[in-house]
Amino acid sequence: MKQYINQGSNDTRSGFGDGLTELGRTNPNVVALCADLIGSLKMQDFIDENPERFFQIGIAEANMMGIAAGLTIGGKIPFTGTFANFSTGRVYDQIRQSIAYSGKNVKICASHAGITLGEDGATHQILEDIGMMKMLPGMTVINTCDYNQTKAATLAIADFEGPVYLRFGRPKVANFTTPELGFEIGKGILLNPGNDVTIVATGHLVWEALQAAEELEANGISAEVINIHTIKPLDEEIILNSVKKTGCLVSAEEHNYLGGLGETISGLLGLKLPTPMEMVATQDTFGESGTPAQLMTKYGLDKSAIIQKVHQVIKRK
Amino acid sequence: MPAQGLLLTENLIMSDISALENISTQVRRDILRMVHKVNSGHPGGSLGCVEYFVSLFFNTMDIKVPFDMNGENEDLFFLSNGHISPVFYSVLARKGYFPVEELNTFRLIDSRLQGHPTTHEGLPGIRVASGSLGQGLSVAIGAAQSKKLNNDPKTVFVLMGDGELQEGQNWEALMYAAAKGVDNIIATVDLNGKQIDGTTDDVLHMGDVAEKFKAFGWDVLTLKEGNNVEKIIATLATAKSKLGRQKPIVILMETEMGNGVDFMMHTHAWHGKAPNDEQLENALAQNIETLGDY
Repeated sequence: MKQYINQGSNDTRSGFGDGLTELGRTNPNVVALCADLIGSLKMQDFIDENPERFFQIGIAEANMMGIAAGLTIGGKIPFTGTFANFSTGRVYDQIRQSIAYSGKNVKICASHAGITLGEDGATHQILEDIGMMKMLPGMTVINTCDYNQTKAATLAIADFEGPVYLRFGRPKVANFTTPELGFEIGKGILLNPGNDVTIVATGHLVWEALQAAEELEANGISAEVINIHTIKPLDEEIILNSVKKTGCLVSAEEHNYLGGLGETISGLLGLKLPTPMEMVATQDTFGESGTPAQLMTKYGLDKSAIIQKVHQVIKRK
Repeated sequence: MPAQGLLLTENLIMSDISALENISTQVRRDILRMVHKVNSGHPGGSLGCVEYFVSLFFNTMDIKVPFDMNGENEDLFFLSNGHISPVFYSVLARKGYFPVEELNTFRLIDSRLQGHPTTHEGLPGIRVASGSLGQGLSVAIGAAQSKKLNNDPKTVFVLMGDGELQEGQNWEALMYAAAKGVDNIIATVDLNGKQIDGTTDDVLHMGDVAEKFKAFGWDVLTLKEGNNVEKIIATLATAKSKLGRQKPIVILMETEMGNGVDFMMHTHAWHGKAPNDEQLENALAQNIETLGDY
């Protein structure tokens, strides 16, 4: 039975903003930092209600990561906000030394991830960030799929001790996860049970995977759709149990195939249960300007791409 | 002479200059023996900052032993130029944060005394990893702002190297601290004029560092005799008197790399090189045991 229902469109970054606002009311230790992107990150409500707990850093992301690390000393829980590109690649060494290696309780919250950032083009469309962050020892990596899940994740990471990378996006997309599904860091979610193929999706590709499953079902193919929101640590059990049943898997993500969710799953399957697998991801390329929908189609990140890979992988069983 | 930390002096402010100089001499011995044993590490900058560390930890700062990461209601210290870990480790041990015998494990496998300081192995006294340069000031500013949120009146101290100022993140942090009126921080720059490849003037001339700090909105103090305990204490006291005035404070402290060992001074050669057996003997003969070797 389907475990989701489309409740209308909203952006994942608003889920972050609303989650942060709620944390401002419930957790006095939560502080927020931003590098000149308050509007994009939807942080204004938190700022209005907690001006003393907000730090406008200016366009200086390296300094922001260091200040966040320092704020943890004394018990604060810093949430940094900027685009995914400037949250990771630009400040990799600051995160590595001052946050990850130092074991600091910093929540790196990254909007406008992936190609759906759209018209600004490849300078801002990071497709490598999951790989960089998952490589860091001790870093938890989460990529949320809709408004509700992003809000739930924002709340959950405040109660989790340790550095977290929370990745979300810019466009308005279907808001389809329900409160009943809950949100547990490191726990995958079965959204649609099926028997012929396992589709494991993260971020904006989850809705595409569900749309693909509906179309496949009409054509007699039963697809199990699993949402992996926490790429590290990976919920190995939900994936292994599913492929034991279906015998093949397609991963789907808005990220380079190198370093992403698909790579993590291929490692799991290769080590523990060799299974035919295909990946829906960008193919070691930079993005370009365009609308999110145009880019998702051009770079093979939509429902059609998932369906094509499902047909390919079923033949390999 | 049995090795000792100064457990009896915990939380005591030492004002006896000769006692502080005795500690400094022992710290120099510790540094030399640590780097000699593993034939690696950074003696030059470590020796240059001995008097600063000893003055800070045994006189100026109000700190608690044992160590508490959050450091509430105590002064905090951050070392940005982490490669001078030998002086940091020696002073932490002599202050009583961990047994002085542990200095024997510097840079060895399974040690808490890593080549560069880190929280990762849980060494008491370290609050953030450093070594990749240019990051410590930002962290110290964050800790200072955390203190303000907690209505904690204590001060955050941070030491940076001069070569390290070539890293851009420092200038982001300098601009920020002045703009936000972070006035519970006292930064110190170790102006020894040297870095790995030569003098700072030759490698990348930084111009007038004092004027740069002033232009960035900092209250600048200069300390010409950065290896003189009495002068360091006086300058730190002046710096403390300027706290709480909406301006961050920096001490530009001129030191002699390799101070206290004649053949290590006036050269950048000992930035990252350990003495051999003969050189160690010579260096130790210039610094006679005061508190007992570990």
